[in-house]
Amino acid sequence: MRSLFGLLRKEALHIIRDKRTLTVLLLLPVIQVVIFGYAIRTDVDNVRLAVVDPAPDEMTLRLRSRFTAAAVFRTVAVLPNEAPLERLFQKGAAQAALIIEPRFAEHLARGIPARILIITDATDPNTGSTIQGYAERVVQQFEREVRANAGVLQIVPQARLRFNPTAESKNLFVPGLMAFILTIISSLMTAITITREKETGTMETLLVSPLRPWQIIVGKVAPYLALGFISIVGVLLEARLIFRVPIRGSLVLLLAEGLLFILVSLALGVLISARTSNQRVAMLGALVGTMLPTMILSGFIFPIESMPAVLRYLSNIIPARWFVVIARGIMLKGIGLGYLWQETAILVFMALFLLVVSTRSFSERLE
Amino acid sequence: MRRIFFLARAEVLHIVRDKTTMAQILVMPIFQLLVLVNAATFVVRNTPMYVVDQDRTATSRGLINRMAASGHFEVVAVSGSAEKANDELLDGTVTMVITIPHDFEKQFVRQRYAPLQVILNAEKGSAAGIVQSYAARILADYATELGAELQPSMRTVSWNRTDPPPRRGAALVETRTRGWYNAQLNYKHYMVPGVLVALVTMIATLLAAQNIAREKELGTLEQLNVTPITRTQFIAGKLIPLWFLGLIDLTLGLAVGKLAFDIPIRGSLLLLFGAAAIYLVVALAIGLLISTMVETQQQAMFVTFFIMSAYLLLSGLFTPIDSMAHWVQIASLLNPVRHFVTIAREILVKGAGLTEIAAPLLTLSAFAVVTLSVAVLRYHKTTA
Amino acid sequence: MTSGDLIIEAKDLTRTFGSFTAVDHITFDVHRGEVFGFLGANGAGKTTAIRMLIGLLAPTSGHATVAGFDIARESEKVKQAIGYMSQKFSLYEDLTVRENAALYGGIYGLTDVQIRERTEEMLQRLKFEHAANERVRAIPLGWRQKLAFSVSLLHRPPVVFLDEPTGGVDPITRRQFWELIYETAQGGTTVLVTTHYMDEAEYCDRVSIMVSGRIDALGTPSELKSEYGVGSIEDLFVRLARPAESAGSK
Repeated sequence: MRSLFGLLRKEALHIIRDKRTLTVLLLLPVIQVVIFGYAIRTDVDNVRLAVVDPAPDEMTLRLRSRFTAAAVFRTVAVLPNEAPLERLFQKGAAQAALIIEPRFAEHLARGIPARILIITDATDPNTGSTIQGYAERVVQQFEREVRANAGVLQIVPQARLRFNPTAESKNLFVPGLMAFILTIISSLMTAITITREKETGTMETLLVSPLRPWQIIVGKVAPYLALGFISIVGVLLEARLIFRVPIRGSLVLLLAEGLLFILVSLALGVLISARTSNQRVAMLGALVGTMLPTMILSGFIFPIESMPAVLRYLSNIIPARWFVVIARGIMLKGIGLGYLWQETAILVFMALFLLVVSTRSFSERLE
Repeated sequence: MRRIFFLARAEVLHIVRDKTTMAQILVMPIFQLLVLVNAATFVVRNTPMYVVDQDRTATSRGLINRMAASGHFEVVAVSGSAEKANDELLDGTVTMVITIPHDFEKQFVRQRYAPLQVILNAEKGSAAGIVQSYAARILADYATELGAELQPSMRTVSWNRTDPPPRRGAALVETRTRGWYNAQLNYKHYMVPGVLVALVTMIATLLAAQNIAREKELGTLEQLNVTPITRTQFIAGKLIPLWFLGLIDLTLGLAVGKLAFDIPIRGSLLLLFGAAAIYLVVALAIGLLISTMVETQQQAMFVTFFIMSAYLLLSGLFTPIDSMAHWVQIASLLNPVRHFVTIAREILVKGAGLTEIAAPLLTLSAFAVVTLSVAVLRYHKTTA
Repeated sequence: MTSGDLIIEAKDLTRTFGSFTAVDHITFDVHRGEVFGFLGANGAGKTTAIRMLIGLLAPTSGHATVAGFDIARESEKVKQAIGYMSQKFSLYEDLTVRENAALYGGIYGLTDVQIRERTEEMLQRLKFEHAANERVRAIPLGWRQKLAFSVSLLHRPPVVFLDEPTGGVDPITRRQFWELIYETAQGGTTVLVTTHYMDEAEYCDRVSIMVSGRIDALGTPSELKSEYGVGSIEDLFVRLARPAESAGSK
C-alpha cells in the first residue's frame, strides 16, 4: 500500500508540475461554460430585413411598421426594386426580404388579393424557416388589423415548456458540458499519460517493481479521478452562481453519477493506452474514440432523435449519451433513481465491463 | 530556395511514411463529413409524441394523422389519460404531449377558434423551440385545410346568426414565400461547407503544432538550429508541404461532399481555393505559434485541441453567429474560422463573387500577415 | 603558434541563468586540426559552453570566435562553418541514410552533384553501401552514430563539435568511432569533443577539464599528468572534481 501511495504522489506531482497542461485543464471548464452560456444559442432575433417597396403609401408603410414593431426584425434597407437584393443576401447584409407589389393598397381596397413576397436566406434551413414563420405571423396580424372581422380559422396551440420554461439554452448545456469535460480529463489525459510512460520507458521501471498491475492502474488514474471530480464541482458552481442554472434533484445523486461516469471514462482511457504504443496514436484514439462521439453523438448539442438510424444505434454505446440523460433528469426534471435506474444500470455495466477488459489487456501487454 | 526545397522534401517524406499522420489526413475528412454532417443537424425529425385525445372526433383524429404524416413527429401512443402522458414525459420516452380537449371540434366549428395544449420537454433546448414551431405550422395548415372544407357550413352557421357575411376570398393578403439558396431546406447543404472548414483547420493547425513539437522532443530541431538555415527558410520548408496538404484535403472533402451529399457549388471554385490558400496560412501560423509555446507533443495536441474547440464553437459553424450574445458576436470577429466559414458558405451555397466576400477575405489576409509575422518572430533559433 | 592557426578563441566567456552561473569566465584556444577534449562532470557547464560556441545560446559576457566569426554577432556565419552532432541527435529515423544526407547537404547549400558524390564517398568509407536505402530506424545505434558524424561533415566544415558522441555505445564501436575522429582530424578538420569517458580523454591532443563552470586544467594529457603527478586523466579528474563536490555539499 505504501508503494501505491508513492505512485499516487508521483502522478499528482506530474500533473501539478506540467503548468501548461494544468492551465488548460483548469481553464477548460471555465471557458467552455462561458462559450456555451453566451454563444451556443439558436434563438432567432434581430433579423436583418430588406424591404422592397416600389410605391410607398400609407398602407405599405403600415405593413412595414408592423414588421419593425415586431422586435424580431430590423430593417436594414428600403429599396425601390429587387435588383440589389441578391448582393445584399450574398454579403449576408440581409437575411430576409419583404417585397410588396406596386398596387398593394389599391388591391387591398378592392378586395383583390394584395400580393407580397417574403424571401428568406435559407442557407441555414432552420434560421430560414424560423424567419419565414415569423414573417407570416406578422402578415397575419396585419391582415387581422386591416379587416378585423375577417374569418380566419385558427387552432391555437398553448405551448408549455416543461423543465425549462424560459427555454434558456444555458440550462441545458451544463449536463452535456460536464460529460464533455470529464471525457477530456479522464479518457484523454489517462490515455496519454500512460502511453507517455510507455514511450519514455518509465513504465518498465514500474512494471519490474513489486507493484501489481491493478495498483499501477489505480495509481495512474486516481489523481485524474480527483481532478475530474474537482472540475464537475467547478462547473456546477459556476453554472449555479453565474448562470443560475437550477439543480432540482438531489445533488448527492448527481455527484455520485458523475463519479460513475468518470470511472467509465477512465477505464476507456486505460483501454486505449493498453492498445497503443505512442502518444500520437493514443491522442488520436482518444479523440476519435471518446471526444468526438461525446461532442456529437451524446445529444449534448444535436438532438439524437434527428440522426439517421445508424447513428442513433451507435449513440447507445456512448457512455456520455446516458450520462447526459441522467444529469438533465436530475438537474432539470428533479427526478431520482426511480426514473433513472435504467440509465444508471447501463453506466454501471459499462464501467464494470471496461474495467475488466482494460485491466486484462493491460496485464496481457506485460507478458 | 534550395534549402526550403530540401526541408520540404524531407517533410513530405515524414508525412507520407507516418501511418498515423496519413490516417489523420485521409480518414478524418471522410469520417468527419459522413458522421458530422449526418449528426450535426438541428432539423428535428421523429420527435416522440404522446397524444391525450379527450375529444375523439374526426377533427381530432385528423389532427393526429397530420402530425404523424409530417415526418417530424412519431406518435408513440394515444390515450385519454393525462397522468400516463406525464409519466412518459418524465421517463423521457416522449418529448411532446398534445392534449386535445373535450369539445375541441365543436368549439372549432362554432367559434373558429380552438385551443389546444402542447407540452414540450424543453430539456433539449433549441430542439424544443423548433419542435414547437413545427407543431404550430402543422396546426395552422390543418386549420386552413379544415377552413376550406368547413366554409359552406360555416356560412350557414353565420347566416343564422346576426353576424355579417364573411367576405369573399380567403386571403386578403396573398403571401408567397421563397427560401433562397436552399429551397428544399436541406440541412446538409448548410453543414458541408462548414465542416470542410473545420476539416482544413484541424489538419493544418494540428499538424503544424505537432510537427515542430515532435522535432523538439526528438532533438532534431536542435540539429536544424545549428545549421545556417534561416528561420524564414525553416518555417517555409515546414509549412509549405502542410499548406499543400490542406488544399488536398479541401479537394478531397469537396469531392466527398459532392458525391455523398450532392452539395451545391454555385460560386467559383477558383475563388474558394484562393480564399482557402490565404486561410491556410492563418491556420498554419496558429499551429506554429502553439508549437513555439509548448515543449512536448502532448502539450501541443492538448493546447491545439483546446483552442480549436473554442474556435469552432464560436465560428458560426454549428449555431448561427446572429444568435450569439452581442459581445460574443463582436469578439468572434477575431476568430479566423468564422470568416472562412462565412466565405465557404457564401461561395458554395450562395454563389457569391469576390466583391461580396471582400470584407471577410481582407480580414483573413490581415490575419495571415499578422499571425505569420508573430509566429516567425516568436520562433527563435537560439534559446534566450 | 600564430593566431592564424587558431580556429576557436574564447575569452572570459560567461553565461548565467538568473543567479546561477553555468559558465564562469572560461578562456581557451583550439588549434586548427586539433582533437580537443572538453571534459567535465555532468552539470559542470560543458554543454552550455558548447551551445554558446555553436550559436544556440547567447553569451552573457565575454566573447569568442569560431572559424574567424564572432559567436555573438555572426552566429549564422558560424553555423555555416561548423558541423555539430549532439548527444540526442541521431538522424531522422523515418528517412533513409541517403535521404538524411540529401537533407543536410541541401541545407548547407551543396549542389546535387556534390551531395551525390560525397554521399557515395561517405558510404564507401564507412563500408555501408548495402544499407544506404534503409530507414535509419532499422540501423543499429553504433552505426547510426557513425553515420550521424559523417553526415555532419558532409559540407566539409573546418571545425566539428561532438557532444558526447559515444554515449551508450559498446567499446568496439567506441574504438571505431575514435578512429573516425582521427581520420577526420588528419584531413585537417578540427574536432572539439565532450565526453565523460576518461580513457577517451587520453586520445585527445589537448584536454580542458571544467569544474563548476570554470576551466581548472588545460593542456596535453601527458603535460597534465606530470604537472599534477597523477597516473591517468581519470585520477586527475577525480582530484579536481572532489573539492568542488565536497564544497557543494556543505
